[in-house]
Amino acid sequence: MQIYLPIAEVSVNIFTLLGLGGIVGLLSGLFGVGGGFLITPLLFFIGIPPSVAVATGANQVVASSVSGVLAQLKRKAVDIPMGLVLLVGGLLGSASGIYVFNLLTALGQIDLAVQLCYVVFLGLIGLLMLQEGIRTLQKQRKGGGARKKRVQHTWVHKLPFKFKFRASGLYISVIPPLLVGTLVGILAAIMGVGGGFIMVPAMIYLLNMPTKVVIGTSLFQILFVSAFTTLMHAITNQTVDVMLALLLIVGGVIGAQIGSRLGARLKAEQLRILLALLVIIVAGKLGLDLVLHPANLYSIASGGE
Amino acid sequence: MIRAALLVLGLCAAALPALAQTRQVLPARPGMPITNRPEPDEQIVAGLSRDNIGITTSFDGSQILIYGAIKREAPQPDGQKLAVIVTLEGPLGPVTIRRKSREFGIWVNTASVGVAAAPSYYAVATSGPMEDILSRRTDIQQRISIPLAMRAFSGPITVEDSIPFTEAMVDIRKQQGLYKMESGGVHIVDDTLFRADFALPANLIEGDYKTRIFLLRGGKLVDKYQSAIEVRKVGLERWLYSLAHENAPLYGLLSLALAVFAGWAAAAIFRFVR
Repeated sequence: MQIYLPIAEVSVNIFTLLGLGGIVGLLSGLFGVGGGFLITPLLFFIGIPPSVAVATGANQVVASSVSGVLAQLKRKAVDIPMGLVLLVGGLLGSASGIYVFNLLTALGQIDLAVQLCYVVFLGLIGLLMLQEGIRTLQKQRKGGGARKKRVQHTWVHKLPFKFKFRASGLYISVIPPLLVGTLVGILAAIMGVGGGFIMVPAMIYLLNMPTKVVIGTSLFQILFVSAFTTLMHAITNQTVDVMLALLLIVGGVIGAQIGSRLGARLKAEQLRILLALLVIIVAGKLGLDLVLHPANLYSIASGGE
Repeated sequence: MIRAALLVLGLCAAALPALAQTRQVLPARPGMPITNRPEPDEQIVAGLSRDNIGITTSFDGSQILIYGAIKREAPQPDGQKLAVIVTLEGPLGPVTIRRKSREFGIWVNTASVGVAAAPSYYAVATSGPMEDILSRRTDIQQRISIPLAMRAFSGPITVEDSIPFTEAMVDIRKQQGLYKMESGGVHIVDDTLFRADFALPANLIEGDYKTRIFLLRGGKLVDKYQSAIEVRKVGLERWLYSLAHENAPLYGLLSLALAVFAGWAAAAIFRFVR
């Protein structure tokens, strides 16, 4: 059954979209990631114009992070002050990200920029996660082993504007979370992702936040940044396709529930290694596309220079 | 020096199609196609199976039948065979064609050509092989064949040779089913009745689709007929599209509200089910 998308101006099979949303939802339920990093490239692949895919991807992230935040709030696993600091950075980043996005679109280099971002960030994070996962597995086999002390004093602790983040048990400057938020905001706007896969490692390794509040806090920040990104794209480019978003969301929520049940049966380390492999595969595929001789050297885009 | 020469070359290239276009509107003079003459010996009487197409949510392409007859006051002239060409042209829009080349080991868009106006859809159906029934001159004057459907270049021409770019664009759009050349797509019965079927693809853009019918003898134009099919989004499609463009902030908020509601509802429903 075909459906004509009013903003994308293409006709797509409904079940393809529901399935796409479902797969991404399954992964997000399984691994606890937003899935934006998968949905945007998959939308490119089925022929949705890149600008529409990115803007609509942001709208889909809003839906998935709302259900996530609600669940985490109930568990009191959200550090709201930290989330607000990250948010301020995120909004700054998102606004400049949209500007960069429009600039790169005009230059004809947006596809390249998005692909490069994906290859670099996904590749890096995939490798880090894989290394971490394998190390944990090995440690478990050896049995126990002394845990590393979490709080380490680095340059981060010498910065001014210190603030007490109770839920995280941290007393640090607001500058590092502000910077992390900004970086994630920029990437979210350019790549059409929530940025959870970048923010979570940054919060753990750079800010030394305890793991139990990391996911809830990052979802809190992602919710507002992606909502802002959606609005900005809707206002400046008119590229949010609400019909496309709705179908992806419906598929996504169903997939997420199945995924979270499936995930309960697997071990955390196994999940992490699986996710790492998936991320590396996506990054590898995109990287190959950049390096291999393209099937067609020419591409066309509507609109003038 | 070389740059100056290139610039001149580019300007010529840019001016050529524009020139061909302006020639069309000059007043009729001997040797020109006889479209402006009041009563040609043979005239086209034509109709369309429909004059408007509504893009609904379930829009999945559309069929258009263009049919007609040739009206004659006198018997058919001998010798040169009768031929009919039917074209269907979607709304014009600017297009940028880019070419990748290898830079630092990766493939990057490095060169581009802008076309000021290219049809979003263009189909040509003929009653026989194009080169037999249409003279080059008539083709250029009437802009019939696919490469001529593109209008002037836009912006400064920065490449030495723009032809591969426009050829690539035609190829890409042919693959997408947006540009079509159907030799033998026009059926003529008894040198009087003719019909052509067009299958419009699902990825259609709204606007006026211009249809043209050319009656030819010996490669020369005898009569020309023009009409238009209106393609419009209707219902929900129309409403969403208008809202997104005319009241973008409201549309953005609506999309957000929908996403927030869906996220909340999903969590609530599954909690209830469990």
